[in-house]
Amino acid sequence: MSRQDLISQLETKAKEEILILDGAMGTMLQKYDFSEEQFRGDRFVDWESPVKGNNDLLNLTQPDAVTKVHEQFIEAGADLIETNTFSATVIGQADYNMQDLAPEIAEEGVKCARKAADKAGRPVGVLGAIGPTNKTLSLSPDVNNPGYREVTFDDVREAYLQQAKAMAPHIDFFLIETIFDTLNAKAAIKALMDLRAETGEEIPVIISGTITDASGRTLSGQTAEAFWYSIRHAKPWAVGLNCALGAKMMRPHIAAISKIADTRVISYPNAGLPNEFGEYDELPEQTASQLEEWAKSGLVNILGGCCGTTPPHIAAIAKAVKGKPPRQIPEPPRAMRLSGLEPFQLAS
Amino acid sequence: MTENTASQVFINIGERTNVTGSAKFRNLIKAGDYDTALDVARQQVENGAQIIDVNMDEGMLDGVEAMTTFLNLIAAEPDISRVPIMIDSSKWEVIEAGLKCVQGKAIVNSISLKEGEEQFFEQARKIQSYGAATVVMAFDEEGQADTAERKIEICTRAYKLLTEKLDFPPEDIVFDPNIFAVATGIEEHNNYAVDFIEACKAIRANLPHCHISGGLSNVSFSFRGNEIVRRAMHSVFLYHAIPAGLDMAIVNAGQLDIYDNIDPELREAVEDVILNRRDDATERLLDLAEQYRGQKGEVKKKDMSWREQPVEKRLEHALVHGITEFVVEDTEECRQRAERPLHVIEGPLMDGMNVVGDLFGAGKMFLPQVVKSARVMKAAVAHLTPFIEEEQKELGLDKVSNGKVVLATVKGDVHDIGKNIVSVVLGCNGYDIIDLGVMVPAEKILETAIEENADMIGLSGLITPSLDEMVFVAAEMQRQNIHLPLLIGGATTSPAHTAVKIDPAFPAAPVIHVSDASRAVGVVSAMMNSEERETMWGTTKARYDRIRESRSGGPPTPRLPIEEARQKDFKSTEPSAPAPSFTGVKTFEDFDLNELKEYIDWTPYFMSWDLAGRYPQILEDEKVGEAASDLWRDTQTMLQRLLGEAWFKPKAVIGFWGAERTGDDIKLETGDTLHTIRQQMVKNNEKPNFALADFLAESDDHIGAFCVTAGPEADEISKKFKEDGDDYSGIMVQALADRFAEAMAEYMHEKVRKELWGYASDETLENDELIKEKYQGIRPAPGYPAQPDHTEKETIFKLLDAEKNIGVSLTTSFAMSPAPSVSGLYFAHPDSAYFAVGRIERDQVEDYARRKGWDTRTAERWLAPILNYDPFAVSTDEAA
Repeated sequence: MSRQDLISQLETKAKEEILILDGAMGTMLQKYDFSEEQFRGDRFVDWESPVKGNNDLLNLTQPDAVTKVHEQFIEAGADLIETNTFSATVIGQADYNMQDLAPEIAEEGVKCARKAADKAGRPVGVLGAIGPTNKTLSLSPDVNNPGYREVTFDDVREAYLQQAKAMAPHIDFFLIETIFDTLNAKAAIKALMDLRAETGEEIPVIISGTITDASGRTLSGQTAEAFWYSIRHAKPWAVGLNCALGAKMMRPHIAAISKIADTRVISYPNAGLPNEFGEYDELPEQTASQLEEWAKSGLVNILGGCCGTTPPHIAAIAKAVKGKPPRQIPEPPRAMRLSGLEPFQLAS
Repeated sequence: MTENTASQVFINIGERTNVTGSAKFRNLIKAGDYDTALDVARQQVENGAQIIDVNMDEGMLDGVEAMTTFLNLIAAEPDISRVPIMIDSSKWEVIEAGLKCVQGKAIVNSISLKEGEEQFFEQARKIQSYGAATVVMAFDEEGQADTAERKIEICTRAYKLLTEKLDFPPEDIVFDPNIFAVATGIEEHNNYAVDFIEACKAIRANLPHCHISGGLSNVSFSFRGNEIVRRAMHSVFLYHAIPAGLDMAIVNAGQLDIYDNIDPELREAVEDVILNRRDDATERLLDLAEQYRGQKGEVKKKDMSWREQPVEKRLEHALVHGITEFVVEDTEECRQRAERPLHVIEGPLMDGMNVVGDLFGAGKMFLPQVVKSARVMKAAVAHLTPFIEEEQKELGLDKVSNGKVVLATVKGDVHDIGKNIVSVVLGCNGYDIIDLGVMVPAEKILETAIEENADMIGLSGLITPSLDEMVFVAAEMQRQNIHLPLLIGGATTSPAHTAVKIDPAFPAAPVIHVSDASRAVGVVSAMMNSEERETMWGTTKARYDRIRESRSGGPPTPRLPIEEARQKDFKSTEPSAPAPSFTGVKTFEDFDLNELKEYIDWTPYFMSWDLAGRYPQILEDEKVGEAASDLWRDTQTMLQRLLGEAWFKPKAVIGFWGAERTGDDIKLETGDTLHTIRQQMVKNNEKPNFALADFLAESDDHIGAFCVTAGPEADEISKKFKEDGDDYSGIMVQALADRFAEAMAEYMHEKVRKELWGYASDETLENDELIKEKYQGIRPAPGYPAQPDHTEKETIFKLLDAEKNIGVSLTTSFAMSPAPSVSGLYFAHPDSAYFAVGRIERDQVEDYARRKGWDTRTAERWLAPILNYDPFAVSTDEAA
């Protein structure tokens, strides 16, 4: 099926029901408990630095495991799956001295997802995941020098452009996710718009921010509304929030976006908050019953899970929201909408 | 800003972080003193700039580096970076460097067609990919546009290119059609301002959704060095340009004069120049300008003289005039001299507040001014608090307080403007206030009073059911032996109700009705002193005894038996209004706040600040005119922000249904029944005894209902202000939200008359005529004189499904939440008119209870304020 056909089928489906996104790749890969040797595989036996924990590297060394996780989520009911490419950029891979391998890791990662999706027997969209990197463009890592930045906008934009080019041939959507600094996301958007101008190829983009704590702000200080105004120029296929919070604490912020965003709303919270051991112990039914209420309240168009969510969670969510109509997309009046950390509006 | 143009949206863009406009800022940047430069930015935001303009175009500076450094530093200052940035440069590389530093959505200032379409497209496309709005200057390959025609031509061309070729959102385009200097002595320049204004009109009319900005100071360029004339020119220019469509400008908001306050002679001369009204306009202004040369403006002179006084006097001045500017440095000066930091509060600050209190008590200062004084006091206390705490830690001392008061709006009621004012007034008189907010149940109030070891309790409420809740709280205080003085306040409370209902329920301690905020301090301070307390309790008791006697002693005014009153019902000879354009319920959103503003009746706004008088005459009033004008100016500033940023999201739901009169009830086609109450007074003339049901025919008629709200946003915004210590602005937002809710009711009623019901499609009334209710039909609300039973709201809310449709719900006492909301019924009959039911007899109460499906006691509870008899009197008689 061509990308265009697949997207149009998903769009038709999204008019009638809530689409289901998959759960946490990282949580599932952890269950394999791969050793340093298994992370390295044959190819990187002699790599100079340790690589255990570089989950994206598994696209090269344990591709069957990655594909298997995708298959499990598809079986659980996912309409959309995220590629295992969260850190597959020169910036993200620098921690393992693997920056030169970043494009290859990205490309092999999307191939695993493509393989699983193509076998599904129904339309399953592949979302090329673009993570936030571990560097921030709006914040200084040095408290004594608030004007300092570890990277430049152009560094980040180029890293994303390289990643996007490697993924583009095999994916249906881009997914800019877990955004804790909106300026990083804006660099990713710029990269995707530049790529589109260069190739003429239209690949829709989904954008998901992260409200980091009870303050109701992103790490870089924006409210959910200000965040939406800052990235709206990407004309995303869907916008929403993921990670950091469980469903309960995320609800008011997703509701704020739901009220104003003139596109689909996506949300994939964590399975609650981690316990003292960093584990997520919210049961599938618990996550699902909260998200069921969101569906009833007409808050969302796409639901899935982030950290701690497993195929049973996704299956429970899919079951809970089945037959419930998706959120109606509002048409806010035209107005100039700007933002700093807070939203600003000037009516036309 | 100009008062008369405040109906228009206008956004102030801070101009002081601009090296081309501010010598101070330029020197700071050149010297690399970015810390102080950040203070300049911070001050602008604190002073109300809604966007800040950053410009680094200076020959000696590396613009890219300066822009990058400054914007990166701003990103680390949340109190600055909360507002959007305008990235201002004539060099594209500086703009692009700026765009790489802001996470929010910024405005670029500017791009143009100067170098042709190719470059224009390239830059616009980049702006799109960075996600920003942009200013487009009226400049093309031929040069900068000077005439109206050229301005319109270039802007239209740019608009088409952007929206048609690039899909650039039109609402993100801001045109700068070039403000040029007038009165330069060159004849061709004389029409420049007129050209600008004409261009604004055409651009806004023909290019939908776009905005217009400009650099204001250019217009007065030829009067450099003559501040008075320049400021007058700026105000007059804005006065004419804003209605034409100018909706933002880079200005120093603090330096704009009120149009109406400009010396009329000067204003006329300036207006002649701006509007190019006579050939000799420039010469005449030049002649007149000589008189003003070298003057800096009166206000500034006054400002400085009080700074020469000793520090105590300066603090007093700051408190009385509500000036926060120097209060921290003055407080610090006192602190360094004082033995203990607390002495500063007990000494000069309290002395100053006592002056405020005296002036307030003598009616020479008014509430809005006092609330502003409180803001200054808070700033001073905030500065001292860390020192006091440190000292207390060292010495192990307790805080000194004049007394502790628990304040609450009672359960079921959400109105708290009055209570907030009392809280501020008491707070700045040194009392500890525990404000429990609204909808507070009795248990919570009493628990808090005990836990906090409070000295007294103050209850507030606005709607009539709150009166009963206050009686309940009083009875609970009696029962639980909580013998603290109880203060009663709020719009529907009265000495009579307090005397007859509340005081007898709580004989163990003083119950005092406080008629307005200015009396609160006197009452509270008396209650804190055992001697004064006994005296005040004694005199109040005696007064309440007299009230009780007069009410129970005299015979109640005779009432007609209900059957007789029904015989005298109102019988119309006119036919009913035609059927409405639809039946059922419709919801309305996305109101234009600017349009609604025109429907505001401002008189009650001043009343909510305890300023009595009709608007606009109140501004000239001998006694309160000054306070009213100050409040009005601050209100206009707040309104600009409110309108520009569309703070409120008003909503409305209305419905019409087939309905007919059955006795005193109205039966709807939905099966619901609306109940009405009939006047029972004995009338000497032929006038009928009205009930609302009389305005409906017994068959084939219609009724409407509505609920409108300014929305929940006001409360949140008000809370934010209060958290920042700015109660004055907080209360102002609430009072404005109430006005917008009332304006919505007026607006929707007009729409109903003219189109939705449509029985008066040819009506043409001005706002003051609307306020005087000169139209056909009425919109009575349950809880008001024509139908005093609040519970009827329940039926209206059910019919309209108001909670689901517009998010307005009813509390247990049938108050609407959020508070800035209005609901009621629509009657269209040509003879329908407002009336007051007045007091009613037991026979109607029993009949009404039957119709409502209540027992008589329940009916007596809800109708308590209008009973013509004491429902408990019978049992007393029997006992005796």
